[in-house]
Amino acid sequence: MNAWIMHNIWLIPATPIFVALFILSIGKHARMTSAMFAVLGQVAALTMSIFAFVPTLHASGFRVVENFTWFTFGEQSLRIGFVLDPLAAAMMLMISLVGLCIFVFSIGYMADDKNFSRFFAYLSFFSGAMLGVVVANSLLLLFVFWELVGLASYLLIGFWIERPSAAAAAKKAFITTRIGDMGFFVGILWLYHKSGTLLFYDAGRGCLEDVAVLGASATFIALLIFCGAVGKSGQFPLHVWLPDAMEGPTPVSALIHAATMVAAGVFLVARVYPIFAVDAINGVTPSLEVVVWIGVITGLMAALVAVAQSDIKRILAYSTVSQLGLMMVSLGVGGVAAGIMHLLAHGFFKALLFLGSGSVIHALHHEQDIRKMGGLRKLMPITFATYAVGMMALSGVPFFFSGGWTKEAVLDATFGWTPSRGPYYLLLLGVVLTALYMTRQVMYVFFGKPRADSNHAQESPSVMTIPLIVLAACTILFSVVLTPVWNWLEFYLVGHSGPELNLDRLLDLTILVSFVLVGLSIGLGVWLYRNAGDVDPLQKRLPAVFRFLENKMWIDETYDRTVIAFSWMTARISDWMDRHVWDGFVRGFAFVGQLFGAFTTDTDENVINAGVDETTGGARGFGRVMSRLHSGQIQTYLGAVALGMLALLLLYAWLT
Amino acid sequence: MTLSIFLIVSAALFCIGLLAALSRRHAIFILIGIEMMLAAANINFIAFWRFAPQPAQPIGVMIVIFSIAIAAAEAAVGLAMVIAVYRHFRTTNVDQLDQLKG
Repeated sequence: MNAWIMHNIWLIPATPIFVALFILSIGKHARMTSAMFAVLGQVAALTMSIFAFVPTLHASGFRVVENFTWFTFGEQSLRIGFVLDPLAAAMMLMISLVGLCIFVFSIGYMADDKNFSRFFAYLSFFSGAMLGVVVANSLLLLFVFWELVGLASYLLIGFWIERPSAAAAAKKAFITTRIGDMGFFVGILWLYHKSGTLLFYDAGRGCLEDVAVLGASATFIALLIFCGAVGKSGQFPLHVWLPDAMEGPTPVSALIHAATMVAAGVFLVARVYPIFAVDAINGVTPSLEVVVWIGVITGLMAALVAVAQSDIKRILAYSTVSQLGLMMVSLGVGGVAAGIMHLLAHGFFKALLFLGSGSVIHALHHEQDIRKMGGLRKLMPITFATYAVGMMALSGVPFFFSGGWTKEAVLDATFGWTPSRGPYYLLLLGVVLTALYMTRQVMYVFFGKPRADSNHAQESPSVMTIPLIVLAACTILFSVVLTPVWNWLEFYLVGHSGPELNLDRLLDLTILVSFVLVGLSIGLGVWLYRNAGDVDPLQKRLPAVFRFLENKMWIDETYDRTVIAFSWMTARISDWMDRHVWDGFVRGFAFVGQLFGAFTTDTDENVINAGVDETTGGARGFGRVMSRLHSGQIQTYLGAVALGMLALLLLYAWLT
Repeated sequence: MTLSIFLIVSAALFCIGLLAALSRRHAIFILIGIEMMLAAANINFIAFWRFAPQPAQPIGVMIVIFSIAIAAAEAAVGLAMVIAVYRHFRTTNVDQLDQLKG
């Protein structure tokens, strides 16, 4: 089984995609059947991922590549393929496990929706596309799956098509990511031009194995590819779509806009890391520096904005943006393994947080404003307990939560970056803010007195709480392989054999510093929001700052006034040109024609007409008959064309 | 795999597309039908090229790539027209769009 799946790795993404097509074909009335098939497809993908994961444990630097020719074009042949290495295996496990939890949760959350089966078809489709991204061994194939993921995201954000805001958010997400993908695509073309292959690994000839041929253009290629990652992973300045994407159903936010899809950008950078690292001096290249600073700006900005949001899902959305920035920084400073570790851990606990918020929203009949919640701790104990686990993991509480250790690994990698210490201190500030806004959210939602809307909340059914418990357990258990004392995952990802136990690293200075900061920050949050009312305590103290942050630093408005206004203006100018300039020409010609016509009419009426009038009577009668055929129905015309064509064909067949 | 299999598939696709273009009442479905007919033509191109005496010269593929690009442009224009029609007449049902009546 292991050997078989290793060479047929394409089955893992193919299974959910086939399930999606199957569900779409059986129609929307087979509700339970479609949910069951979606879950079964996901279980199959998870099982195969586990079987594929096992052999990667045995050898260090394990990699199996299956390449084949897609098509031959003249003398060129385009080859694509699939790869199984530790990076792909770990990502597949995370995606299919988190996906399975979310699928099961959706059965409860979407129970009343009339398009229940369509939802599961889209979810399966998304899951397959995402699994395809991680196993692709060709940048082109990766791009194909990448766009399929984008399509799935579009379909799912706009799932409630009857809401104009959902349709607008879906459109915004699609167009914003397309801007990044444009750069990505140019990068692919440039890479192909330089290296002649888009295969990552091809027995020494792949574009990641032989990066020396890229030379000086490697920087530009890397930056263009990074454009795609910026769009998909919601990095500044293309992050604006991600918070709006919360218009989709909450399981979608959990699966796509927290755990998996947005991680695709980070994964992409990790996958093509050798291109970023060409000619590195001390692990620093210009392209990696850009990655670091974009990540720092994103991480800090989003963490600041999250402090002042009041929608439970928007807070989590901004925290996702911020965490993605953190991962980018980690990749940029050379801590690829740390970044991927944080990505994996983040996948679990952010899915947990989103599903927890979904459980809260479900219990409160789709109320999302945290200022109207409160006191849910006693009413929804399971949701509260699991949410607390997720919150502590995200805040970076040490020892028992995966997020604490992976955040530590990222900070540790950043601390060692030679060009500047700046990113390290800025990330520390981000960590403090993260703990603060998560404490704020939990204080508002679960503590204090129940407010009007949260009086009658009830714990969600077990189909929703069990996925929460599973994800919470994963969040805690996952930390076993992440501790600096025995950091097995890091060694696994970089392809070395298992680490030694190393107790000294537990007392590292950087670890102590950030742990103290997290503790202080949570304490500050508890004190600040201990009896927060409708008006945010921060709003009372710093109204101007709060307003700035509440309005997301006016970035959307800035885009409205600049980019979008510019495009509007161009459209207006083109419209004006069309109406006045080009139409002017046309009218001018027409006027000349009219003049000529006036002249000829004169001759016509007086000289020629007399004899013709008699013939016209007949023509007019014929015209009246013919005009009946002229019904104005395009389809009638088209049918006539088709019949005529058929008649001609028959005539031809008869003649030859 | 013989040439006739491809031609049969292509002919079937063309007929389905034609049927859609003739019988659907929604303008977008008519566009989809037209796209299917174009795809059928492309399959013909590829099939004849592949079974031609000299498949090494990628002429058939080149034509089809151009044709796909043109089809994309056509779809963009078509969709823009559907939107313009909808804004003007508040409907995309082609039965009600008979301004061309003689």
